Amino acid sequence: MRAPSAPRVIATHAALLLLTVATMLPLLWVIRMALSPSQGFSIGLSLTDFTLDNFRSVLATTTSTGEALFARQLFNSLVVSAATAALGVVLACTAGYALSRWSFPGREQLMGSFLVMQMFPAVVMSVPLYMLLDALHLLDSLAGLVLVYATTSVPFATWNLKGYFDTIPRELEEAATMDGASRWTTFTRVILPLARPAIAVTALFAFMTAWNEFILAATLMGDERAYTLPVVLNGYVGEFGAEWGKFAAGSIIVSVPVVALFFVLQKQLVEGLTAGGVKG
Amino acid sequence: MILLGAAAFAGEVTLWHAWRGDERAALDALVSQWNAAHPADPVQAVFVPHESLATKAEAAIPHGNGPDLLVFGHDRVAAWAERGIILAVDPGAGFLPVSVDALRVGTHTYGWPLACKSLALFRNRALVPEAPPTTAAMVAAAEAAAGPDRYGLAWEVASAYQSAPWLHGMGGGVLREGAVALDRPENVAGLELISRLLPLAPPDPSGALVTQLFNEGRAAMVLNGPWFLGEVNPEIDYAVSPLPAVSESGQPAAPYVTVETLLLAREGAEARAFGAWLAGPEAAAMRQSQGRQVVAALDVPAPDPVLAAFRAQLETAVAMPTSEAFALHWEPLARSLRRLVRGAATPAQAAAEAQTDYAIVSRPPPPESNPAPWLVALGVAVVAGLGLAVHRARQVNWRPWAYVVPWLFPAFAAMVLLVLCPFVVGAGVAFFETDGREFSFVGIAHFLDILLARDFPLSSPLSFWSTLLVTVLWTVANVAAHVSLGVALALLLREPWVRMRGVFRALLILPWAVPSYITALTWKGMFHRQFGAINAILTAAGAEPVSWFGSFATAFAANLATNTWLGFPFMMVVTLGALASIPRDLEEAAEVDGASWIERFRHVTLPLLRPALLPAVILGSVWTFNQFNVIYLVSGGEPDGSTDILVSQAYRWAFTRGHRYGYAAAYAVLILGVLLLYGRLANRLAGRKVL
Repeated sequence: MRAPSAPRVIATHAALLLLTVATMLPLLWVIRMALSPSQGFSIGLSLTDFTLDNFRSVLATTTSTGEALFARQLFNSLVVSAATAALGVVLACTAGYALSRWSFPGREQLMGSFLVMQMFPAVVMSVPLYMLLDALHLLDSLAGLVLVYATTSVPFATWNLKGYFDTIPRELEEAATMDGASRWTTFTRVILPLARPAIAVTALFAFMTAWNEFILAATLMGDERAYTLPVVLNGYVGEFGAEWGKFAAGSIIVSVPVVALFFVLQKQLVEGLTAGGVKG
Repeated sequence: MILLGAAAFAGEVTLWHAWRGDERAALDALVSQWNAAHPADPVQAVFVPHESLATKAEAAIPHGNGPDLLVFGHDRVAAWAERGIILAVDPGAGFLPVSVDALRVGTHTYGWPLACKSLALFRNRALVPEAPPTTAAMVAAAEAAAGPDRYGLAWEVASAYQSAPWLHGMGGGVLREGAVALDRPENVAGLELISRLLPLAPPDPSGALVTQLFNEGRAAMVLNGPWFLGEVNPEIDYAVSPLPAVSESGQPAAPYVTVETLLLAREGAEARAFGAWLAGPEAAAMRQSQGRQVVAALDVPAPDPVLAAFRAQLETAVAMPTSEAFALHWEPLARSLRRLVRGAATPAQAAAEAQTDYAIVSRPPPPESNPAPWLVALGVAVVAGLGLAVHRARQVNWRPWAYVVPWLFPAFAAMVLLVLCPFVVGAGVAFFETDGREFSFVGIAHFLDILLARDFPLSSPLSFWSTLLVTVLWTVANVAAHVSLGVALALLLREPWVRMRGVFRALLILPWAVPSYITALTWKGMFHRQFGAINAILTAAGAEPVSWFGSFATAFAANLATNTWLGFPFMMVVTLGALASIPRDLEEAAEVDGASWIERFRHVTLPLLRPALLPAVILGSVWTFNQFNVIYLVSGGEPDGSTDILVSQAYRWAFTRGHRYGYAAAYAVLILGVLLLYGRLANRLAGRKVL
């Protein structure tokens, strides 16, 4: 490959730098609000009145009886999101594999119906979901929330995994089957290890679904101790006046784990995101 | 075990509230005090975000899952009493008469009045030493105090709640003999008064901005309520006084008063005992001193001057009406106020338009229709469908299903149960007229109303067809921007000689990793006319500042910029993945052959990317079509609902335009219909089955 010309190198770096800075601006603003002592929506970028009070007061919330709340809500968020990721991936792996490997009557329609379910506007669904979970005695429980989130994440997860399974050569399975391995053994021993990047990405997506959602969580959970962090954050920007400083501080705390996951999984993200497409 | 750990303790009295800051601290202290004295039946106070409190209460209490007590404004009392959500309570004597009157429905009273909230006039004493008794004095003081970068008077003009005092001051008001009469002459006079006050106020002020201006000493007087006390900058020497009398009429500019009420949702001696105590003088004194509340109880120590001013304001304040007709006027009046602020309507036009909009929002429901013919038709359709399905099924070889089903069943069953069922039930409401309690069958009347544009002229931003046009434009513009930016960045990032590739890539993915409601709210702030970063940059570059949410094109652009920022990383990552698996020999060969980079991209790279990008584009367009967060949080449909897309319209019909669930459900069904049509079209365009 030929060495690139100097102007091209400079132009590429300049473009990347400019766009990256533009991308970072809103995030810098959030950081600025979090560190500002006023609860206003300030623009000044000087850091003279720097304070960590917002972080302190967000971390120090308690219930009426004085129980520490933040740790509990963080724990809820982590448990719900991790369980959603696990359940979502398990459900989507087998479905994605079947859709990738076998042709059967109704396969196309099934793939389509998974996508159609992505089209349902959520506006009309919260009340029926509430009644359904009530009937199943899953209201006010983190398990109910996990079930709802995991199902919401299944269509995209299935599509993505199916796209990745498509790229794994069938010869590998045929070889394993010749050696006498069952379908299930081949799937768990041969296919799943190869699909690790796609599984990581899919899990990350399911995790994010649960980590960021607040409308259903606020409706389905009756108790402050059962809330997840986004519900709490949303509470800071209420009807009468907003506590922007605390909102921003909470936002940063909520964002850090997902940002960290994105950094760690960067390579898998690029390899494993197929969105159902065919690569190359 | 962990997953099921959140159930309430038996025997406990639960209380839902949305109080924050000092009010919450005072409540928590009082609850602890009560619990120390009554260890057998303790009270548990649970904070619920204000936006979810009403929805949650309406869903939970009829199912027996609700709290024993809840704190809410008195404006829902009539509706909830009628639905049996709350129980009658006799609060007894010892409360401000206006607070008890507000809780009376028929012959009963519902709840214990806790605190009264109304607007009053805050003034910066350094700028306005004396409380102005009349509007003429107020205008004079405001003009004297104004200066470069400082405003004489600020209030949230576009809020029907905050502007109501000026209508009342001219003898106007929303209701006349129980019916909404926004266009009566007194209200036109009130809007004229507002127009005369507008030059004193900052352009386009939001509630957060009013707060900020006062705290920075840049607004001499503001209209605000007791909730502002926790946020006011202690360095400002401020005082509160009742709103002035309007000089032209001699009548007081009367704000609404909302009575924060402790409502009884479940019968119980403990709950009643606690309720009476929390509202009573002892606890009220504590709520006044610690929680800084304007308490409704009479027998309390004299409050400090600030709270005393709020209490004095109650003598002229108007109790917020509780009727359903009144609740429907907020949105039409607010829309007209925004037009007035923008200069897009005269006071008389604004009043007339508000009344017209109100008439549309409050139009009577479609007549009940007989379900029998529809049931017969449905039955025939089901039988025919089944027959066709059986006929088709006979011709198909079902054997592969034997081994496929176990693999597919878990995912499919979960989706049918938790996605399909709720949607079908929710969509079924489209054939009914309901306010959440009684259903009456109306057939396809809602669909006809929507599709035939019976309520609005086709060109109105609220009509289905013009909203559909905006939605399609929104989707196409977004997907085009996401894909071109994503692909361009991916092409830049793939070059092995780019320095710090990993760092760039990581930073460019960030918008995707941060929750979208956080960044959408941040972007809204950045587009603010006066204090936003975007206008600061424009001004620094020598351009005129833009009022972003004042016209369709700029508001649409603001939404588009936000959503592009949120959406390009996905396309970038998909493209990067696809590029990694494309051999570069072809491109290099083309380069050797002398093809320009545009030709190389069009004829070599793009065709190779197509199979990977196509499903991402289709998925992305479905997501964008239903992108509620950005529209709702950034432009909020401004101006006049013209940037609303179908999903946000459906939301407004369900929750802010008077709970027309049936109408909203019909919208949702139509949204699905449009997307299904799009799916068929996409298959055609793609030349293969993608959907």
